[in-house]
Amino acid sequence: MFILSWFFGFLAAVGRSFTALLAAIGRISFFMATAVSHVFRPPLYPRELGQQLLQIGYFSLPVVGLTAIFTGGALALQIYSGGSRFNAESVVPSIVAIGMVRELGPVLGGLMVAGRVSSSIAAEMGTMRVTEQIDALTTLSTNPIKYLVVPRLLAATLAMPVLVFIGDTLGILGGYLVGTQRLGFNAAAYLKNTWDFLEAEDIVSSLTKAAVFGFIVALMGCYHGYNSGRGAQGVGRATINAVVSASVLILAANYMLTEVFFSS
Amino acid sequence: MIEITDLHKSFGPKVVLNGVNLSIAKGESMVIIGGSGTGKSVLIKCIIGLVKPDSGLIMVNGKDATKGDRDEFLEQFGMLFQGGALFDSLSVWQNVAFRLLRGPHKRSKEEAREIAIEKLRRVGLRPDVADLFPAELSGGMQKRVGLARAIAANPAIIFFDEPTTGLDPIMSGVINELVREIVVEMGATAMTITHDMSSVRAIADKVAMIHNGVVQWTGPIGEMDNSGDPYLDQFINARAEGPIEAVR
Repeated sequence: MFILSWFFGFLAAVGRSFTALLAAIGRISFFMATAVSHVFRPPLYPRELGQQLLQIGYFSLPVVGLTAIFTGGALALQIYSGGSRFNAESVVPSIVAIGMVRELGPVLGGLMVAGRVSSSIAAEMGTMRVTEQIDALTTLSTNPIKYLVVPRLLAATLAMPVLVFIGDTLGILGGYLVGTQRLGFNAAAYLKNTWDFLEAEDIVSSLTKAAVFGFIVALMGCYHGYNSGRGAQGVGRATINAVVSASVLILAANYMLTEVFFSS
Repeated sequence: MIEITDLHKSFGPKVVLNGVNLSIAKGESMVIIGGSGTGKSVLIKCIIGLVKPDSGLIMVNGKDATKGDRDEFLEQFGMLFQGGALFDSLSVWQNVAFRLLRGPHKRSKEEAREIAIEKLRRVGLRPDVADLFPAELSGGMQKRVGLARAIAANPAIIFFDEPTTGLDPIMSGVINELVREIVVEMGATAMTITHDMSSVRAIADKVAMIHNGVVQWTGPIGEMDNSGDPYLDQFINARAEGPIEAVR
């Protein structure tokens, strides 16, 4: 009897969690559809878009750049050390290039920007919610989705490909520096190998992933901030949820996009 | 001007408004009083469309508030929020001129700034405050800036949500006087939420008390002290004993 009641309790708990998950997906989808529909309807706020491009794009450059350059360097060392077990040290330039451009550049760039930008958007919009600034926007005949969410979504979607392109380049540069200065590769041969192995599809997939990750980062920051609970605790929870959900969605989207681009 | 009929609003199992009926004439200053959590703010938010009522009718100037062009509807309103709700990322003058810099009645930057400075002066702030940011202002100054923003586009209806909360008695007096002067000067219809009885006496033409989700008493300010309503008497005399339970 006890086992049966425990089992039904367990089933009920699973059912509740599943229903809550579906409800959350529904709410996020509705929020996203509303925001995207406003992208195509005037008025747009170019000044806010410019500010967000600066905040999300330009100010994320050091984080993304440093992450990429050190990752490229470490990757070169690892591939060299692993490759030396079966005399394949020469693959370092090509694997660094492909690894950075296809995977590590967009994914690590996305995760770093998720940490920096999703949290900042969620905290800023959560505070605006708690201090009634979002309500104030409505009373001033300004749609908060259009004024707050659309510029952030657009800015992140546009800025991320640029950031990731720079990150990819710096990652390859990191590998190049380690390869030529530490592992004794010939500089010209290293560059030739890098260039020869990279294909247009690699770069297209990298930039596409970046744009999708940028959209996810801004969407999660905006959604959780816009729907923040009351008080400091509510804003704190919104910030955590934004970063965690953006990071998980980036990794999931990365797998799906990799399937789309490279499964054949 | 504002006619509320049988307004209901619940949040989950908690019934906040349970059939509110209220009428505010054009140019009248109505003050809503009542204990914390009795739905005063929800009432204002229902009128302005920030909260969707479950049922009931809200007519503003003879038109259903939930229908028609939203921007046109909101253009009639100005609102002073409890905490000011100033936009941190914008300077004081940009906050005041927010509505003037956007939308169908957009003005040039210079003209909007000029109007903002004039409104700041109207609420007793010097022009050099215009270029500061909200975080650089005291609580009283933030309230004044919020007031200047509420009146910047000369709205026909102004809502004041606890205009003196968190201010010292002198600053409260100053804000009360400003609210009253501005409402009279602009001929605006005003609706104020407050717990502060000195505000009630300074601002109100009429008073409505909300209790248990309904309007418990409403009447002219002159009749408030002799209303004979035990709920209102307990509230305005700040008595712990009476029909309103002190612990809610």
